[in-house]
Amino acid sequence: MKRFLLVPGLAVAAALILGGVGCKKTPKSPTPLPARTVKAPGPGAGPGPLTPGATVPSDLGPGAVTRPGDVTSEPLRTEEGFAQGALETFEGMIMDTNTLAFATVYFDFDSSVVKTSEHDKANAVAEHLKLKPDHKLLIDGHCDERGTEEYNRALGERRALALREYLIGRGIGGERIRTRSWGEDRPVDPGHNEEAWAKNRRGEFILLLPPR
Amino acid sequence: MNMRLFSPLTLWAALVAAWCGPGRAAETIRITEYAAATQKPIPIALVGYSGEVEQVLRFDLYVVGFTVVEEAAAQFTLRGGNGSEVEGRLTDNLSRAVKFARTYRGGSLRSQAHALADDVVEAVTGQKGIARTKIAFKLVTGQTSEIYVADYDGHGALAVTRDGSVVAAPAWVPGQRRLYYVTYKFGNADIVWHDLSTGTRQIFARYAGSNITPAVSPDGRRVAMILSKGGSPDLYVADADGKNLRQLTHTREDESSPTWSPDGRTICVATRMGGRRVLATIPASGGTLKPLPVVGVANPSEPDWSPDGKWIAFTAQMRNFEICVVPAGGGEAKLYTAGEDPTWAPNSRTLMFTRRVNGRRVLSLLDVPTKQIKDAAQLSGNCSQPAWAR
Repeated sequence: MKRFLLVPGLAVAAALILGGVGCKKTPKSPTPLPARTVKAPGPGAGPGPLTPGATVPSDLGPGAVTRPGDVTSEPLRTEEGFAQGALETFEGMIMDTNTLAFATVYFDFDSSVVKTSEHDKANAVAEHLKLKPDHKLLIDGHCDERGTEEYNRALGERRALALREYLIGRGIGGERIRTRSWGEDRPVDPGHNEEAWAKNRRGEFILLLPPR
Repeated sequence: MNMRLFSPLTLWAALVAAWCGPGRAAETIRITEYAAATQKPIPIALVGYSGEVEQVLRFDLYVVGFTVVEEAAAQFTLRGGNGSEVEGRLTDNLSRAVKFARTYRGGSLRSQAHALADDVVEAVTGQKGIARTKIAFKLVTGQTSEIYVADYDGHGALAVTRDGSVVAAPAWVPGQRRLYYVTYKFGNADIVWHDLSTGTRQIFARYAGSNITPAVSPDGRRVAMILSKGGSPDLYVADADGKNLRQLTHTREDESSPTWSPDGRTICVATRMGGRRVLATIPASGGTLKPLPVVGVANPSEPDWSPDGKWIAFTAQMRNFEICVVPAGGGEAKLYTAGEDPTWAPNSRTLMFTRRVNGRRVLSLLDVPTKQIKDAAQLSGNCSQPAWAR
């Protein structure tokens, strides 16, 4: 228990050293994300109308919609695009999860600082984007399970945004880079130990290719 | 207080203070022990009930501060039966006065028992019961999650979504059968609203980046949320239809989990100030973000303002996740039990929260004054992010 408790403290200290961030540092203003390009039915922009959801009877009584047992007894649905290797799109561009998979960046506990040990991988991503001006980038931020769910969703977004700022600093136009956070919802290792957590605190780079 | 156990946290605080250097008061995070109960449970005897009806009555009364005892030790006796209809006669054993005698018709025996439990609570405490309230929550099975609604005890759970995607953070429109929640159905974290009466769904916020953690104002007219479109997760407020979007915070920190004061004037949100995770408040019409003084715990998040306006429940992340309550104006936080993401019942005394058991997540109820805890009905999968309809 003692050792476990020390880890956050050391991680904070390490982040402060590695990140070269002092407590008093005044951050430069953030770079806004590019607006969405496709018209949406709601505020913001984005594709497609929503399919209707379930109706629920006034007493929430049984009969009308799915019961929890049904959900676990049927195979998980894949048509929404989470199947491995499926051709997925993000706002009209084709998602390539393989090309930059080698460059996944890892973070310290409760930190969104891009560590110097991770710079080479992020630099390789920048190089790729410079060579392929028609490619864009989606950065997925992820967290371990040691935060509350919505705190982690915000932290994952900050990790993705930190990588975006890093790439902007390497000369990549901010309009080419989008961010997304999964919080703790998509761990690569479902374990409940430091080895698993270290793998789950990550930023993944997904190339967005123009549709053929 | 066990100093040996807690000293690493003190060290943590000292480390942070040391790195922040001069000009910053060294701060020691003191870990309080779990709070003691402030009320004794009310002893009540149940005579003549059996099966599901007895189970429902026991559950309903336990989570609002009653304890079921033998008649000789009881302050109140509830006598009745559950043949084709639930009957109940409540007697005050001191004065011998009959508080009420009623027969319940219609619905299921289960719902009749809930109605009887609510009548007992109202007759004894003068407060409205919660046995016929509803909850929404997130149910994770495998790689996907869906929004569910259920009775407050977890029974009668029904799927609201079948998106086969990831969902999060259901939030009720007060007094209505309408939810706002986050879905990744379109690849991004977007906020939608969903009318449970008609099944109509509509996109509410779908800006670039994350659109997360909706919270509906008490009058149902505005929605607070966290958006990252400006380059950092910040607090925004829009009308219930998504129009008149306004950015309230402009920090480089990650704000999360807004909650409204019952008068609709103030929003409390989790954020970070001076390197520390804090709760902070800001006028809902815009203004200065001020830290909420929370003494005795570290790393607060997921605040939920009680419907009576007096308390803010939240999660502190220390040894584990801890369910805590602090006065809404700030002050000493009380720790109650291991768990996260508390949501207040309409009675402002019972909390529902997520408890991790052997890597699984289940919903549980805590009666704050008596500290009585009971798990809601178990579902297959991981349940989290409960939202109490109120």
